[in-house]
Amino acid sequence: MAKNLDPGKWSCPLPLRSYPNVVLGHGSGGQLTADLIQQLFLPAFRNSALEALGDAAVVAAAGLRLAFSTDAYVVRPLVFPGGSLGELAVNGTINDLAVAGARPLFLSAAFLVEEGFPIEQLARLVQRMAAAAREAGVEIVTGDTKVVDKGHGDGCYITTAGIGLVSEGVQLGPQRIEPGDAVILSGPIGDHGIAVLSVREGLEFGARIESDTAALHTLVETILETPGAVRFMRDPTRGGVAAALNEVAAAAGKGIVLEEEKIPVRAEVEAACELLGLDPLTVANEGKLLAVVDPAAAPAILERMRAHPLGRDAQVIGRITAEHPGAVTLRTSIGAARVIPMPVGELLPRIC
Amino acid sequence: MKHLAEYRDAAIARGLLREIERLATRPWTIMEVCGGQTHSIIRTGIDQVLPAGLELVHGPGCPVCVTPLELIDKAVAIAARPGVVFCSFGDMLRVPGSAKDLFQAKSEGADVRVVYSPLDALRLARENPGREVVFFAVGFETTAPANAMAVKVARRDGIANFSLLVSHVLVPPAIEAILRAPGNRVQAFLAAGHVCTVMGYRQYVPIAERHRVPIVVAGFEPVDLLDGIRRAVAQLEHGEARVENAYARAVTRDGNLAARKLLGEVFEVTDRNWRGIGLIPASGWRLAPGYRDFDAESRFDVGALSVGESPLCRSGEVLQGAIKPTDCPAFGKECTPRTPLGATMVSSEGACAAYYNYRRRAVAPDPD
Repeated sequence: MAKNLDPGKWSCPLPLRSYPNVVLGHGSGGQLTADLIQQLFLPAFRNSALEALGDAAVVAAAGLRLAFSTDAYVVRPLVFPGGSLGELAVNGTINDLAVAGARPLFLSAAFLVEEGFPIEQLARLVQRMAAAAREAGVEIVTGDTKVVDKGHGDGCYITTAGIGLVSEGVQLGPQRIEPGDAVILSGPIGDHGIAVLSVREGLEFGARIESDTAALHTLVETILETPGAVRFMRDPTRGGVAAALNEVAAAAGKGIVLEEEKIPVRAEVEAACELLGLDPLTVANEGKLLAVVDPAAAPAILERMRAHPLGRDAQVIGRITAEHPGAVTLRTSIGAARVIPMPVGELLPRIC
Repeated sequence: MKHLAEYRDAAIARGLLREIERLATRPWTIMEVCGGQTHSIIRTGIDQVLPAGLELVHGPGCPVCVTPLELIDKAVAIAARPGVVFCSFGDMLRVPGSAKDLFQAKSEGADVRVVYSPLDALRLARENPGREVVFFAVGFETTAPANAMAVKVARRDGIANFSLLVSHVLVPPAIEAILRAPGNRVQAFLAAGHVCTVMGYRQYVPIAERHRVPIVVAGFEPVDLLDGIRRAVAQLEHGEARVENAYARAVTRDGNLAARKLLGEVFEVTDRNWRGIGLIPASGWRLAPGYRDFDAESRFDVGALSVGESPLCRSGEVLQGAIKPTDCPAFGKECTPRTPLGATMVSSEGACAAYYNYRRRAVAPDPD
């Protein structure tokens, strides 16, 4: 019989943080990814453009400011409600450029294909990429194809890189963020992650949930009509709003306070998250934007965003504070506060 | 989830809070048993808005927390065997064993899969007759019926390549153990609504009588929890000790009779080790003799494993309120959210993480 039971001494066992091998969580966009960047990539490659750790690097060349970004796309299944690997590969890189304040111009595309992958499926992905690029007004100007032995790849992966031009007058950076600034979110969160999860795991939630994959650069243009009022932007992909805002808070050395009731979540996404024990704040988006802006300009920016099809449900979801630098907190509906931590690794459905 | 809106209504919640404030004339300590309730309490911040002196103590109802270390080690060892497909609910993958977790086993080549139901694992067994499919059957009375159903169907359909690694634990013996422990501080319990949905609440009646302790069956939404707390405080203030059902929309006295019948057929009561607590007699379920063929522990003899718990930090005292996070010598030095030594520094539910995030400049100035 257990003696001297002391409930105060019970706690959940610790998740491991130091793995000798790469685990899936290293690619989750959460804390394990951050560890790899801080402990491996940054020390090895260190330079000022990389150190900014933006979604895209902004570099100067020939008197121009260029935004430059790359991203690898490995989503399974290849086609999901609302999109496919093809749209993601185009829109994702466009968005990384757009949130750096750049007008996206050119993309590259590298295809890593497994032997035996049906040409017809590859063609469909490529056509969807072409349509997405056309719609966004960017050109895919260079590429590469590699085929790996059967069993050494999982169908098809795509890597894209992109170049965009940062307009004069646009100065974005976490160092520009001030206490009192407003945090704007362009629309409901969690759609992409739940859409993919629903087909990947064969879960049915009653209502069909579609990925929000979209190119955000025209929405960004409306925000940048008053370039001086915009401090910083991010697109909250893997790790969701929680990861993106934790990175913003850390980079800015400021705190962020969110209002739970202001954060838009579709009822069906909320229900699915509930069922799976996931927090919508940590679920991936592929067509949402977070902008930190001058509070005086927030109403006008919000109005312009809401006039754009991708910003109809835009909301001020919180503000920047001098308190608790580096941390994101959330005021709950009953008026309490909780810390929104950086997600550690893969999203894991809870048992209870 | 429209039907849940009324249970999240901030105005109703504030009304209940005011009533709790009115009722509570003395300090009381109430334990919510279930990890799901703890999660909801922390998520909505109920613990912060209760009147001073009314303390919520988190109970042992988190299956991830109490699954014994040796079973995690067994899971890792079984998963690593060739030909095995090891299936588990997602959050068990990150629970560390003595040396590694299931994520790491996966990265080393083990076929570890996250499933949402034991019936998904059973389907995998059907589809892969050449592989041994093992399901990690952890949890309380809540998750047990689906596991029982999976193994019953496996026997009926002759799916011999399916087995369960069972670590089921039971709530009533744990409550009894808490009440019997010397120095127990818990004066009332919120019983776990989902467990009672399956089992009913009749088992709690003798416990409430024997130990003179109020037990209120509570749900998981803010209004459910506040209503449960309100009823517990009312009983404490009036010197009562009854079982009360504050989750009547899901729970009846006798629970789900079909599920209970199935559980009685497939499982039998056994002693269980609880991680962090120790052995509690008759506190768990294992497969009954008629289903022992489906027991992964006997099917895969993984031999004697050497089990070692890592050295503990002072999170126990922090959770107990004996020390503040900042009183711990490791706080903000060896122990930060990036390099946590204790669970309290890991999750949003942790006092140390909250302290660290709010006060990091004061305790651990950034190097820059």
